[in-house]
Amino acid sequence: MILDYVGVKEINGSLIVLDDVEGASYEEMVDIRLDNGTFRHGRIVQIEGKRVVVQVFEGTKSISLDNTRTRLKCRPMELALSPEIMGRVFSGAGTPIDGFGDVYPVKRANVNGTPMNPVSRVYPRNYINTGISTIDTLMTLIRGQKLPIFSGSGMKHNELAVQIVRQAKISDSGDNKFGIVFAAMGVKNDVADYFRRSFDESGVLSRVVMFLNLANDPIIERTLTPRCALTAAEYLAFECNMHVLVIMTDMTSYAEALREFSSSKGEIPGRKGFPGYLYSDLASLYERAGMIKGSKGSVTQIPILTMPNDDITHPVPDLTGYITEGQIVLDRSLEGQGLYPPVSVLPSLSRLMKDGIGDGYTRSDHQALANQLFAAYARVQDARSLASVIGEEELSPVDKKYMEFGKLFEQYFVNQGYSENRTIEQSLDLGWKLLSTLPRTELDRVDDELLDQHYISDPEQLNFDDFKSAAGSDDED
Amino acid sequence: MATNDVIYGINGPVVTIKDTRTFSMMEMVYVGESRLVGEIIGINDQFTTVQVYEETTGLKPGDPIYGTGAPMNVLLGPGIIDNIFDGIERPLKAIEEQSGSFISRGASVSPLDLNRYWNVKIKVKVGDRLEPGQIYATCPETAIIEHRFLVPPSLSGVVTSVEPNGKYRLKDTIVTIKDDKGAVHELTLCQEWPIRQARPNAQRLPATIPLITGQRVIDTMFPISKGGTAAIPGGFGTGKTMTQHQLAKWCDADIIVYVGCGERGNEMSQVLDEFSELIDPKSGRPMTDRTVLIANTSNMPVAAREASIYTGLTLAEYYRDMGYHVAIMADSTSRWAEALREISGRLEEMPAEEGFPAYLPSRLSEFYERAGRVTTLSGSEGSVTIIGAVSPQGSDFSEPVTQNTKRFTRCFWALDKSLAYARHYPAINWMDSYSEYFTDLDPWFKANLGDEFIRYRNKITAILHEESALMEIVKLIGSDVLPDEQKLVIETAKAVRVGFLQQNAFHADDTFVPLEKQKLMMKAILYLYTKAKHIIAAAIPISSITSLGLFEKLAKMKYDIPNSQPEKFDELLAEIDTALASLTN
Repeated sequence: MILDYVGVKEINGSLIVLDDVEGASYEEMVDIRLDNGTFRHGRIVQIEGKRVVVQVFEGTKSISLDNTRTRLKCRPMELALSPEIMGRVFSGAGTPIDGFGDVYPVKRANVNGTPMNPVSRVYPRNYINTGISTIDTLMTLIRGQKLPIFSGSGMKHNELAVQIVRQAKISDSGDNKFGIVFAAMGVKNDVADYFRRSFDESGVLSRVVMFLNLANDPIIERTLTPRCALTAAEYLAFECNMHVLVIMTDMTSYAEALREFSSSKGEIPGRKGFPGYLYSDLASLYERAGMIKGSKGSVTQIPILTMPNDDITHPVPDLTGYITEGQIVLDRSLEGQGLYPPVSVLPSLSRLMKDGIGDGYTRSDHQALANQLFAAYARVQDARSLASVIGEEELSPVDKKYMEFGKLFEQYFVNQGYSENRTIEQSLDLGWKLLSTLPRTELDRVDDELLDQHYISDPEQLNFDDFKSAAGSDDED
Repeated sequence: MATNDVIYGINGPVVTIKDTRTFSMMEMVYVGESRLVGEIIGINDQFTTVQVYEETTGLKPGDPIYGTGAPMNVLLGPGIIDNIFDGIERPLKAIEEQSGSFISRGASVSPLDLNRYWNVKIKVKVGDRLEPGQIYATCPETAIIEHRFLVPPSLSGVVTSVEPNGKYRLKDTIVTIKDDKGAVHELTLCQEWPIRQARPNAQRLPATIPLITGQRVIDTMFPISKGGTAAIPGGFGTGKTMTQHQLAKWCDADIIVYVGCGERGNEMSQVLDEFSELIDPKSGRPMTDRTVLIANTSNMPVAAREASIYTGLTLAEYYRDMGYHVAIMADSTSRWAEALREISGRLEEMPAEEGFPAYLPSRLSEFYERAGRVTTLSGSEGSVTIIGAVSPQGSDFSEPVTQNTKRFTRCFWALDKSLAYARHYPAINWMDSYSEYFTDLDPWFKANLGDEFIRYRNKITAILHEESALMEIVKLIGSDVLPDEQKLVIETAKAVRVGFLQQNAFHADDTFVPLEKQKLMMKAILYLYTKAKHIIAAAIPISSITSLGLFEKLAKMKYDIPNSQPEKFDELLAEIDTALASLTN
């Protein structure tokens, strides 16, 4: 029996309250028809006896107490899936918006997903070569990992994400196909367009599934966007055996949408007004990365978030960092110096790196080299802060060496061209070359055997001309 | 099972029932047709509130709720070790067999394998009088852990029948006893215990034995006792989980309970991978033979996350009562506190600090107070050591969870972001951390390692503190202006930091360092320090000492001298002597 409920009892923000509803189930979908013939969609978010609270995706604008008819759809929010979704564009709530009509579903899946059983997970070990020195050497991306980019407004995170997509050799793995799922949450029209164009230019557009919720789209839809995207990604990975890279931007907008929704529901706010369950909610998204036994595919996530006021302790980057397996942090002062990608090396980290590098994966000296580079670059910061007080002239000879190392490191290692694709060997060798500008006794994280192999004691060989291309601006002066 | 009680309202994991008098507080219930597990957390004359341990999507008002008449229990018996459970003791491997790689709702599986046979040896005979907590039978649970079957704490009486030694299943009766009132009780291979109630013991013992972890900064600088409590606070990326893994691998407890509470799924699969490959040097068996894993990852239902801590603790206490030393790693207690906050918010309780409920401190203290070294009811000695990770919001140690945890734990191993950035691991900050166990443990250290161990430790601590004071000056004017004596302190402190405090978890020798070697390492550093001090007093510049490469030697002695050859330290000291002699001649 299908019943229409006429009118609503109460309207509050994006929520409407219906009374005398029979047989509603939690998180069930509803269709709301307005008297002017237009449809809205909603979801039941709270039930108290016969009183039902519905969240309206498109907003409650022009809904009045008695101009609606609401119908229960008897199923939770589901996404229609088939291998045909590749190359398609969907709205933030999973409806096709590219004009090619509905997807003929092979399967429908609840967008909330179900938690992966920890014993069914395969521990990720295969690294993805991104061709970017800092990432490959110091915070290696592993297939099945979730590695967010912490950025700020106006920084080049989108370029970096596109470069990773273009250069990541996810197609290497034999007959396993790769796919990209792109979820835009509250981003500007231009940004979405930039990604679309870039995917087109690098010839991967037919392998991209896009979910677009732009800055002016309804916020309730935004809370569904990553869930739809990840449901599509899981389907492609675990049922179609593809290696899927999911790019989600911007997680801060997502969290703000959640906050808006939470406050309209009248929930008790936690830090900075975000709901107390923000951690659990973000985890239910990020944890959907990984690999499972019995399937050849994988879901790798690169969420992008802009830190409000570049503050890494803001709840969104903070909670994200606690859930994800590391982070790539971009730095405004590096960006200001014209360095690209402006990866701030010290706070960046990849937790899965240690098991996916070294013998059999990259090169046996990788871990030791990375540790030493981190240690040395941390020392550079000490020297710099000292120099800012007493002046560079007054520094001890060793500290001066570190200052020099820091400069070279940023100029040649961090800095690289937007289309420059370095092999892992190039990056590692460059790392050794840079370390060789320091006295050998300073390299206390590496054992003598490795130093004998890699330390370059001949100062003549310490030129960085091979990497000049990236530092083009130097040629002009 | 018929029931008149039906769902009235649903809000996230919180379900309400109207007008019922059936349930009691903390009773376990099954919700809906798919029988989701829940617990009664609030009762008033109108509404009874249930927190549901699984996703509530699809539940309807009018769906039935079934009571069980008992609080949330765990099943205790052989088969716990080497197993992996979710937050309410459901075996994840069995769930995988039942429902595949993704956890479906309402999975009903017995926590322990009911059909497996155990090789039981009976320890009592007809006519024996059994007291609570007494051992009535044993069986080998893994190659290294003997499972001891204990008379439940509420029971005592005279044995009226026993089965012969042999193979039995979990629910088979092996002993019957008649209590003082004449009632007959059957003892099987398993028993139940409510998770929120501490298991009783005969007497608490003082914290006089250290838990040896093989991690220098912990064993030497901030030791913890068996039965002690420690907190590891640190922002993301500072290595909380790494430190917990290291402790779980190397500490000298008999059994490890590792609770992954609201953390990453991949981390749990890493633990599963690593621990089954890693061989325990003491027993020669895989680490999994002494490990229980509780995995309630961050995407699993939040209410079960709240329960997972208690489940882990109850399992730990059960093995303590058998006479084992158990260490429980809770990673992370902040997620547990957040689960409390989330549920509290849904109940619309009045929040205290930062939205956390006002009962946060009392819950934390209840939890940490369940640690301790005790004489068990059967008269043997056992302990539960709790090591809880704390994930402070925004890396700010002044937030409520860190502050309250600090009040109830006696070790505080503060992880430091700047150390982690420089890849100094374990990133335990020596200035902010502390251990309150020094006075309790010093007699043990004196008896086992000699008086000098404590002397060395105090000296090393003093040098580090002096360095920290000097660094204030260096930050302003550079190190060149310092007198040589103070430069020496800085050089020595660097050797302590790099050579001693920093420890490489991936190096075969350095991942676990015996106490004896820890002592000799301190000795070597202080030996050079004292000698060099004399030389500087003789107006020889420090640069000539540093140019000898001795400090670099100290920084690398952890790799150069294998754990098995402490005698090589004598060679190192001799080398220092020879090198320094070249200066004075």
